Amino acid sequence: MGVQLDHPLHAAVALPLLAALIVFPFVVLAIDEPFYVVLASRILIFALVATSLNLLVGFGGMVSFGHAAFLGAGAYVVAILMQHGVASAWIAWPAAVAVAALAALAIGAVCLRTRGVYFIMITLAFAQMVYFVFVSLKAYGGDDGLSLASRSVVAPGIDLNSDTLFYYVVLAFASTGFFLFARLVNSRFGRVLQGIRENETRMEALGYAVHRYKLGAFVLAGATAGLGGALLVNQNELASPGTLSWTQSGMLLTMVILGGVGYLWGGVMGAAALLLMEELLAAYTIHWQLGLGLVLLAVVLFAPNGLATLARAAGPGGRDG
Amino acid sequence: MILFLEQGLNGLQFGLMLFLLAAGLTLVFGIMDMINLAHGSLYMIGAYLAALILGSTGSFLLAVAGSLAGTAVLGMLLEISVLRRLYSRDHLSQVLATFALLLIANESMRILFGSQALTLNPPAVLSGPVELAPGFFYPAYRLLIIGVGLAVALLLYLLVSRTRIGMLVRAGASNREMALAMGVNVRALFTAVFGFGAALCALAGAMLGPLLAVEVGMGEGILILAFVVIVIGGIGSIRGALAGAVIVGVVDTLGRTLLPMSLRTVLPPTVAGNLGPSLASILIYVLMAAVLFWRPQGLFPARG
Repeated sequence: MGVQLDHPLHAAVALPLLAALIVFPFVVLAIDEPFYVVLASRILIFALVATSLNLLVGFGGMVSFGHAAFLGAGAYVVAILMQHGVASAWIAWPAAVAVAALAALAIGAVCLRTRGVYFIMITLAFAQMVYFVFVSLKAYGGDDGLSLASRSVVAPGIDLNSDTLFYYVVLAFASTGFFLFARLVNSRFGRVLQGIRENETRMEALGYAVHRYKLGAFVLAGATAGLGGALLVNQNELASPGTLSWTQSGMLLTMVILGGVGYLWGGVMGAAALLLMEELLAAYTIHWQLGLGLVLLAVVLFAPNGLATLARAAGPGGRDG
Repeated sequence: MILFLEQGLNGLQFGLMLFLLAAGLTLVFGIMDMINLAHGSLYMIGAYLAALILGSTGSFLLAVAGSLAGTAVLGMLLEISVLRRLYSRDHLSQVLATFALLLIANESMRILFGSQALTLNPPAVLSGPVELAPGFFYPAYRLLIIGVGLAVALLLYLLVSRTRIGMLVRAGASNREMALAMGVNVRALFTAVFGFGAALCALAGAMLGPLLAVEVGMGEGILILAFVVIVIGGIGSIRGALAGAVIVGVVDTLGRTLLPMSLRTVLPPTVAGNLGPSLASILIYVLMAAVLFWRPQGLFPARG
């Protein structure tokens, strides 16, 4: 199996999907199932975050087991600012992105000096540190998490507390984010990153500043996860330590692997598949985690390259990767 | 001083139990090059089995023995049915598959035993304190744990350094391909190592059960600590696992008592009260990150 460096974003796939997502709320509200709007927002948020992790894992070869730290940091920044009376999305959301980016810069600068399994472990260690810092902040909820008084304020007349409106905000961020991601992985930066994934020493020998490229990707992914966190906290109206826990990092990795590591649509498909599966199983049994575990196990054993590869083999523009 | 001694012993006791988990984890990691997130689930299953057997027979000894045997068999079955297929796969697939196993194990326990924590009572003989030095009392049960932990460490040391199977294990940990090439029956060895690791997990679960709650999810926190231990000690090294476990146990336990106390002398109490516990919990992760940064192969590397 050769390595594929081109990851074209087919307009024939992307535009109908976007159109479907735009009309989606009208359809489900027409059949009086507003819950699905909330679910779709959640899927879009996680699609954005999982895609950012896929940039690291799939395109940069950096298996980070601590991505939840940035997601949770973004969430907490918005919640903490809200507690101090800063409700404006124009301040809180960029702040969430900035804090997550700075955290990624600091953590990445240390972690990226290690390789392979040590990288997995050191990102886990840093994520645990972030987790314990937030859990111990009693002023900000500690173990219980910090709830939002209301969703962030955008402008007079635009009330994010409307789930439908919030869905469109999320859709705007997620689709823009995904479009930029598609541009990025096909850019020179994306090529260099994939080159580093394939053979770091060779890229170093060719004169690329390998460390800087990796750190750049790490910061970008962290900042995107921070944005995802800012959206997620508005969705849940609660910043909880669970968002920061290592099982959350595991879930994000699971989405990426499930969808397809290193495939353009991997993060999106993984997030959608996992969350829909969760929802579907939870409708039948409270023990949905058992079913989820069995499905994941089956995927690893029988569909080792994730769902995106299946789609790629069958779908339009199907070039085997 | 008494407090210091007591917390030191508590740290040692916790560290030795961590060692039981870390020993199996480090071997699986070192020999089979496999990240097993389900290792903590075996610990949980061991604790549940012990609680179950204790409930029906009333004998703590029988409970520990039964949980050891049952978990070892379960571990070997797991290795033969699922994990064996993952050795040749990349770390990502291993993480996903064992994460799936963790979810399955947690949910199965919840279905079988409910969400309520089970109680596991220590034997009545050992429920009281023992006077170790004049005026210094220490719970007898915790002393037993220290004794068991030390005995297992010694046993493991002898097993690994003095027996043929130990030699094969060491050969596998330091150079797997070479061991394979020299005709070691790696499949059987892996299954045996895995079963043994599972038994050690069960021992830790059964022994710690009376001190902590036997509940779903109990394996996750300790699993992460076990990973910290083996990274600090050096992946694949039993000696490293022991050293790392004691370091982590003592640093974590002492940090939780001493840090808030010493912070209180320099900072206002409210700030110290907030900062102390958080600093204490992140202490071992800072330690781990430092080790990874300066000595990525760990304090006692298994590979030459």
